[in-house]
Amino acid sequence: MATDAKKAATSTGKVKTFFKSPARITLVVAGIFFIISLVESLTGATDISSPGTSGATLRFAIPLLMAGLGGLWAERAGVINIGLEGMMIVGTWTAAWFGYLHGPLVGFMAAAIFGLASGFFHAVLTVKIGIDQAVSGLAINLIAAGGARYLSGIFFPPVGGDRTVSPPVDSFPTFTIPVIAPFLESIDAKNIFFISNLAGVFHGLTKDVSLVTIALLLLVPLTSWILWRSKFGLRMRFSGENPMAAESLGINVYRIRYIAISVSGMLASLGGAYLSLVASSVYREGQTAGRGFIGLATVIFGNWRPGGVFAGSILFGFTDALRVRQSESVMSLIMVAGIIATVLALYYSVSRRWKPGAISAILALVAFWIHQRVDVIPQEFVTVFPNFATLIVLTFLAQRLTPPAMAGMPYRRGSE
Amino acid sequence: MRKNRLFWGAIAPLAAILSSLLLVSLILILRGVNPLEIFKVMISYGFSPRNLVSELNQTVAYYLAGVAAAIGFKMLLFNIGIDGQYRMGAFFGAVVGAAVNLPPVLHVLLIVVVAMIAGGLWAAIAGYLKVRRGVSEVISNIMLNFIAAAIIAFLLGEELLGILPEGSQNVQTRPIPVSGQMPTFKMFNGEVYSFLFVAIFVGIAYWVMLNKTVFGFNLRATGLSFRAARSSGVNAPGMIFVTTVLSGAIAGLVGIGTLLSDTHSYSMAFPSGYAFTGLALALLGRNHPVGIFFAAFLWSFLERAAPVLEYEGVPPEIVIVMQGTIVLAIVIAYEVVARINLRQQQRAVGKVNAELVIDKESK
Repeated sequence: MATDAKKAATSTGKVKTFFKSPARITLVVAGIFFIISLVESLTGATDISSPGTSGATLRFAIPLLMAGLGGLWAERAGVINIGLEGMMIVGTWTAAWFGYLHGPLVGFMAAAIFGLASGFFHAVLTVKIGIDQAVSGLAINLIAAGGARYLSGIFFPPVGGDRTVSPPVDSFPTFTIPVIAPFLESIDAKNIFFISNLAGVFHGLTKDVSLVTIALLLLVPLTSWILWRSKFGLRMRFSGENPMAAESLGINVYRIRYIAISVSGMLASLGGAYLSLVASSVYREGQTAGRGFIGLATVIFGNWRPGGVFAGSILFGFTDALRVRQSESVMSLIMVAGIIATVLALYYSVSRRWKPGAISAILALVAFWIHQRVDVIPQEFVTVFPNFATLIVLTFLAQRLTPPAMAGMPYRRGSE
Repeated sequence: MRKNRLFWGAIAPLAAILSSLLLVSLILILRGVNPLEIFKVMISYGFSPRNLVSELNQTVAYYLAGVAAAIGFKMLLFNIGIDGQYRMGAFFGAVVGAAVNLPPVLHVLLIVVVAMIAGGLWAAIAGYLKVRRGVSEVISNIMLNFIAAAIIAFLLGEELLGILPEGSQNVQTRPIPVSGQMPTFKMFNGEVYSFLFVAIFVGIAYWVMLNKTVFGFNLRATGLSFRAARSSGVNAPGMIFVTTVLSGAIAGLVGIGTLLSDTHSYSMAFPSGYAFTGLALALLGRNHPVGIFFAAFLWSFLERAAPVLEYEGVPPEIVIVMQGTIVLAIVIAYEVVARINLRQQQRAVGKVNAELVIDKESK
């Protein structure tokens, strides 16, 4: 990406750089979608582009997105937040309890406040006291899990809940976008190749959406704007890349990190609140199910950029949705991957880059072989796809990733 | 000087435990119960002979996890992958143990070796990624833990390596024949795993390896300063890799005590969370084999004594909160102690310097 952009900038100037990248992305997405439509019409599986799947994808993706954005905020400021999982638990619990007492909106606010506090706690430990960031994060995970169970045991049984389950909480109302959603539905029903599939996806995204979903989605461009366009974002990135230099230029690295990590906790906690207030209407023990860690994965997957985190969480949310809905779709998805790998192999061999070409060809063969030989992909493997994908990215693309240089390193004011 | 060091070494863990006790007391007072009563009940319940035995057995597993983490810590490696490595070790130990028929001692030995190899190989992935690809072992190990759990859940499927015993809900591996089981011995009227001796042996071997061998010296040197070790001829990246594998091999043994002396098969009922426990114990025990033992015992004592809290109207999960705060308090205490030491050193150096300057001027 970076090199492409540079090439474009040097050869053809700014206008083209601006135009080139989004256009290319759109083309690639459209191409992938074309292949999906093709596979769907070939195999008769319809669930990949059905409105149900796209709606579920969005619902599964939002918690991952929030955890991912939380991880992004912390790491951009130079502190790794392994406590995301615990902070999500804080969010699920407080949202459910305060939501039960005073309605979902208050629950949501409470999750934000307590999440902010949990992030602040992490900041005090890692920034002020300077203990190991991983130890602090893991301890927060443990304390949050234990604390939630302790408090559930005290608060929930008297009001009709269980030791592990809260009483039902009112969810946020959902609405269907008028005119557009029915229009898309009618197109989806007509079964036109490609266009109906596309309409199906967008139909899923426009019906029964919650305002919360939209509000949380807006945090992506907001984060992007803060990081790349605002003074605070510049200082934040500076603190993550080189805190000493930042300090020497008069930036208060400690304060920046305090703010960034507190926000990180708030975002993760809101992701948790989404789980208990929007995606379901109850707190259940173990509801977060490792999503905080997958959020951490989306940060890596998205190369420490808000847009990348968004793409990663959509991808992982998509696999989650497919896992829950039906596993035959996974098979057609593997065929999609096979076709994409074939296209890549052709592309690389035309441009005479033999090594990536060969790798793509092998991948394509493997995908087709799996599609022919294996009846069903075990659910366990679909579940850990995000973890596996992250490991693969780290293994093969580690050189092209650009993490904040000092993320995870201890930093003390005045030290070298 | 030496006495001083021992004092500073012990004071941080004790201060941590004390401050976490204070915090828990506060929470208990908020709940409206007398913390002293609660602690008294926990102690009398936890030290009853029957519970002492299960605590000892649990200590064996925790101790091995602690040593595995300590080996990593000596290299500044944060082996959060103990969970996956332990699962791999226990699972493949169980599978291989059930598949072969060997004379008694050899059979047990084979299981132990297989478990170490499985744990070590699984850790080797993270080691390779760290050394060759520069991937943080924390991230890769977290991902590998999830993947290990998935692989085992898949392999435990009934058409593969798992069976469903009659009247049970849990799929498990085939049982290990008698020749591959390890006897227990009587103590406090209970059955203590003889794997305890293996754990003790591992502890001693860890200490000897670290302090009396060239390998251990290189390990500590690389952990203290990667560059210095490298420039004095130590293959530092190689050391990191080997240490990771070694840590994983020990982690592979964590579940073997239970496997050989109690369940004789691996099932999904094998607990998780050993990674964090191991790291906590290594921190609490200051990476010292004896310290880790006390820490491991404290941990299993807390867990075994927790259920009694139910009768006092306190959710037993308070113990988890307590464990978490102990860990936080301990690292905070280390940080504070380290800073005090640094200040003392600086003061001492300053004093010497000042004397030198005065000396020069008077001449």
